[in-house]
Amino acid sequence: MNPGWLFNRWSLFAAAVLVLAASLQGDYYFSLLNFIGIHALLVVGLNLLMGYGGQISLGHAAFFGLGAYTSAILTATYGVNPWLALVAGLLLSGSTAFLLGVPALKLRGYYLAMATLGFGIIVYIVLNEAQALTGGPSGLAGIPSLALGPVLLNTPRRLYLFIWTTLGVVLALSANLVDSRLGRALRALHDSEAAAQSLAVDTFALKLKVFIWSALYASLAGSLYAHTLNFIAPSSFTFMFSIKLVTMVLLGGMASIWGSLLGAGVLTVLPELLTAFHDYEVVIFGAILMAVMIFLPRGLIRGLLDLWEFRRYKREGGSIPV
Amino acid sequence: MVTFVPLLQYLVSGLTNGAIYALIALGFGIIYNATTIINFAQGEMVALGALCAISCYHLEPSLPLAFLVGTGLVTVVGLAFERAALRPVKDPNPLTLIIITVGGGVFLKGVAMLLWGKEAYPLASFSGNVPLHLGPATIMPQNLWVMGLTGALVLALEAFFRLTLVGKAMRACAYNPRAARLVGIPAARMVQFSFGLSSALGAAAGILIAPLTLGVYDMGTMLGLKGFSAAIMGGLGSLLGGVLGGLVLGVAEALASGFISSGYRDAVAFLILLLVLFLRPQGLLGGRK
Repeated sequence: MNPGWLFNRWSLFAAAVLVLAASLQGDYYFSLLNFIGIHALLVVGLNLLMGYGGQISLGHAAFFGLGAYTSAILTATYGVNPWLALVAGLLLSGSTAFLLGVPALKLRGYYLAMATLGFGIIVYIVLNEAQALTGGPSGLAGIPSLALGPVLLNTPRRLYLFIWTTLGVVLALSANLVDSRLGRALRALHDSEAAAQSLAVDTFALKLKVFIWSALYASLAGSLYAHTLNFIAPSSFTFMFSIKLVTMVLLGGMASIWGSLLGAGVLTVLPELLTAFHDYEVVIFGAILMAVMIFLPRGLIRGLLDLWEFRRYKREGGSIPV
Repeated sequence: MVTFVPLLQYLVSGLTNGAIYALIALGFGIIYNATTIINFAQGEMVALGALCAISCYHLEPSLPLAFLVGTGLVTVVGLAFERAALRPVKDPNPLTLIIITVGGGVFLKGVAMLLWGKEAYPLASFSGNVPLHLGPATIMPQNLWVMGLTGALVLALEAFFRLTLVGKAMRACAYNPRAARLVGIPAARMVQFSFGLSSALGAAAGILIAPLTLGVYDMGTMLGLKGFSAAIMGGLGSLLGGVLGGLVLGVAEALASGFISSGYRDAVAFLILLLVLFLRPQGLLGGRK
């Protein structure tokens, strides 16, 4: 890979983040950007699993919730340092993903979907029922803000800088991962598991790794979410939220790191712009999921680009590749 | 304290719910056998069946008519779903099919919410609400209806698969689709048929349970998942296994909610699902693959 090109892309990202920080006025926009950033963290992780690993998690809200509640309970109830709590959340989510992934990933694609779905619902039920620990359906308040040394991250603008820096690091890490030996093995796995195996790729270990990786991203996002809102409730970690994340992945395009940012952005802003959106949200998500998979299985953006390139190719007199 | 009286009572409610799970599990199994697809939209057929029957009963208070209209409409929905969303798929890998059926389920749930709103609607019991007394336990007539009709449906299904030509053709497709095509069985037609049949079974389950639990647009997700748990427990694709899985699951759930905590009732089904996946993914009855 050309380092100059990489430099350009990342410096553009950094510049855009800084320009927005300097030019935007009002907490509202920063809050919105913070949610986009948190969603993007979740979507990048899920996209690694879906777009590159060819597996799916229908319970990603659960890992998001595990991170959020570990941070919330340890800091608000037990006064643990938020950074330690964040690491504890990562450990919990990572080991849970390991325990769930080992049996499920040995079986066909459907089993991970169902195992994660069931797991997501168990976590949701426990968050509601274990009132002594989680505060039950009414939620858990009084979560302290994160602090970087003496600077308390308690305004939307400061949080914005921190969340988007974290997101930048995670995006860079993911882009690197995808371009590494592991990433190539993943793409081989996505195209054909048998072919990958015949080239001595340990497909099971690979799927497990990327599943755990995506759970870690979700847990990190959850901890940030808890410290951003200073309050969490189980209703943020439902099955519908898991579906929303899958929709974001498809909207941005599978196997596209930057597409994840786009997918998260569109589906976070849209409900804010259209108040009527909420009533039709479920129908729209369902329609997007079906339509994208039927007509543009490589994801919306990638699919549209493909169509466009294909038309240009035909216009220039090329024959249609079989 | 554990006494005999609540135990019998839990058994009655467990077997009733278990019968419903069994019907849904059969739906999963039939589609899986024909296509190796797990139809994540199966649960929504249950909700649609209940809601359609409730609306029909509201217009014309005849339960047999409501039952027929409910199952009929949902069968059409199932056929349309297969035709519109699954047949056009060019590259049927598991990820694509999972997302399409999940999307279909979410879409149908959203449509149900737009059509019926978020309220829960009652449906009249099939034969009144005078409780029967079986020793120390009370049984509602509807419990008997659920268990009896489920039993009848299972027997009818078994007869259909063993005795009719279409049923035998579907079984042939399940064993080996390519060989089935070679002997002239229209495999695509059988796939379509399996979606219609399992949608009808799902709708029947919804209509049977609605008098006990009310019908509401989002009732299907949980029931569908439990039906899937039952199907996995019995070994995916085994019809007898699905029925047994459903009954065991229903009873386990009732016992857990009675003796441990009713709040965790729904978690039991998924714990069992995860345990079976961990320890015996081929199901309790399934052979080694």
